Amino acid sequence: MQVANQSVAQMGEAGGVKPVARRSPRTGLLWQLLGNRKASVGVGLVLFFIAMALFGPLLVSHDPGAFVGAPHEAPSAEFPLGTTGQGQDVLAQTVAGARTSLTVGFIVGLTVMVIGAIIGMTAGYFGGWVDSALSLLTNVFLIIPGMPMAVVIAAYLRPGPVTIGVVLVVTGWAWNARVLRSQMLALREKDFVSAALVSGEGHLRIIFREILPNMTSLLMSGFISATIYAIGAQVGLEFLGIGDVGVVTWGTNLYWASNNAALLTGAWWTVVPTGVCVALVGFALVLINFAIDEMTNPRLRTDRGWTRMLKLNKLEEGLSTPVVKRHGR
Amino acid sequence: MRHLLKNLGLYALAAWASLTLNFIIPRMMPGDPASAMFARFAGQLQPEAIEALRAAFGFTNEPLLQQYFTYLSHMFQGDLGISVAYFPASVTEVIGTGLGWTLLLSGTAVMISFALGSLLGVIATWRRGGWLDSTLPPLLSFLGAFPYFWLAMVVLYGLGYSLGAFPLRHAYSDMIAPSLSGEFIASVAEHMVLPATSIVVASLGGWMLGMRSTMVGVLAEDYISLANAKGLSQGRIMFHYAARNALLPNITGFGMAIGFVLSGSLLTEIVFSYPGQGYLLIQAVRNQDYPLMQGIFLTITLAVLGANLLVDILYVWLDPRTRAR
Repeated sequence: MQVANQSVAQMGEAGGVKPVARRSPRTGLLWQLLGNRKASVGVGLVLFFIAMALFGPLLVSHDPGAFVGAPHEAPSAEFPLGTTGQGQDVLAQTVAGARTSLTVGFIVGLTVMVIGAIIGMTAGYFGGWVDSALSLLTNVFLIIPGMPMAVVIAAYLRPGPVTIGVVLVVTGWAWNARVLRSQMLALREKDFVSAALVSGEGHLRIIFREILPNMTSLLMSGFISATIYAIGAQVGLEFLGIGDVGVVTWGTNLYWASNNAALLTGAWWTVVPTGVCVALVGFALVLINFAIDEMTNPRLRTDRGWTRMLKLNKLEEGLSTPVVKRHGR
Repeated sequence: MRHLLKNLGLYALAAWASLTLNFIIPRMMPGDPASAMFARFAGQLQPEAIEALRAAFGFTNEPLLQQYFTYLSHMFQGDLGISVAYFPASVTEVIGTGLGWTLLLSGTAVMISFALGSLLGVIATWRRGGWLDSTLPPLLSFLGAFPYFWLAMVVLYGLGYSLGAFPLRHAYSDMIAPSLSGEFIASVAEHMVLPATSIVVASLGGWMLGMRSTMVGVLAEDYISLANAKGLSQGRIMFHYAARNALLPNITGFGMAIGFVLSGSLLTEIVFSYPGQGYLLIQAVRNQDYPLMQGIFLTITLAVLGANLLVDILYVWLDPRTRAR
């Protein structure tokens, strides 16, 4: 993976990145991420929403839960995004919702990544019956549909953000475990692992010091996918009314909008801002994931990078391996 | 064949795990769902009902293991207990009314989305760097970032409420009695347009990108160059040589996607009050109808397992390499 990263850096990325001088895989990846156009848009958006979650509530004039205006008031100077069916300020609610939704999303994403990594890497590294048992568990959790299971578990527990988080971790870890297991299977056959084994290093040291740094990009993209899943599923569960409907989150905002028949009375402004926020965060994270994919798999690089590479090699567009050059096109 | 048998074992295990999960979850929770429900419906439920509910859950004073076997034998007889919200109807009856609608809606939506998304993926990859390839992936992944049900709400508002072009709720018009008449089928189709559209829009991006990334790999293979060298028409190479092989990994994804779409359509159904499993599930949650909730979870799981099994069989049939091994 390190080799792949470097070769990408040397060829130059679509955004016009200069080859990165630093060789450590971790800083290398971060540097490349900041140089990639997709990733920088993604990182910028994510930072914007984190700032909104941190400082937004201080800047908004109304209390998100307070009834401050008439129900379903259209956007105006006083309420830039209108009011809900109960006369709450939609802007204040959208901003306040970011805090809970993003906190739950990122914490769940991190937990899912760690659990998936532990289970997947243990299975892949040790093999044998450990692998068989853990893989079986992973596959069973992968195949049982997550959302209905989440609904059933959440319905029995006390509603609230913590419950939602626990449910999302239980239903979300398996995919990550599977991906990391297969990567571990590939890496443990490498020479440097054999060398470490022969020189008498312990299993834990080999896993964490030798192998883990080679998985950075995979772990990062696992964390990002898990966060995307967590934010989406959380909003879905809360929309169903399974969360604590008294807490202001993006999911409960949509729950109340739907409960107050917002769209059937034409109050689109209660639905649109929250949905756009959820989508923008998700899209930003997807962009970062794409960028990581492109860096580790040169075949997927952006079209500009692709056409540039074809031109550099004096090849025509349209064929990826043009052994025979077609004339008259 | 071995591949198929192995997966068959996995599905059986997953089915058993979800059955067991259904048994364990209520028992791990504080309190007793049957009493909780009885307290909630005080005065509305006959005293015999609580006994029926306990029996349905298998909540007896017997040892846990014995309760478990009683529960399993009930499940195998298709006895999922009695619904609270639709008392005295049994859970099986209630689910029977919703399952068909869900399968119809998500089945149609998955088929359209899979076919359209894969086709777009093939065409976009073929003209790499063309306008389709540079606009579709970001656009579709942006659309895919919206929650399924949110897109459903927007479609409902835009095409249903504002334009009045499509019906807003339910699966068919109240004016027509369900029958196999052309009028009824037309009404069902009309009611399906909006929910299906929102699911297709939300899931198109995944198919297209999946197809695109496998196509990129396939296009680099030597036999594509050979086909080019032979001077075959581009359309023939694109569909018969490249797309055919690039489609195989997407078919495995198809099985998983059915699970996701089924989950996604749960929320879509709620937005449109479409009388499928999702709509029943939310009724069950709102009424604390635990037997119905668990029954729905179980049928969805079985539907997903069945779909995956079918996809596995299809895969073996399509890919000669899996047969050889």
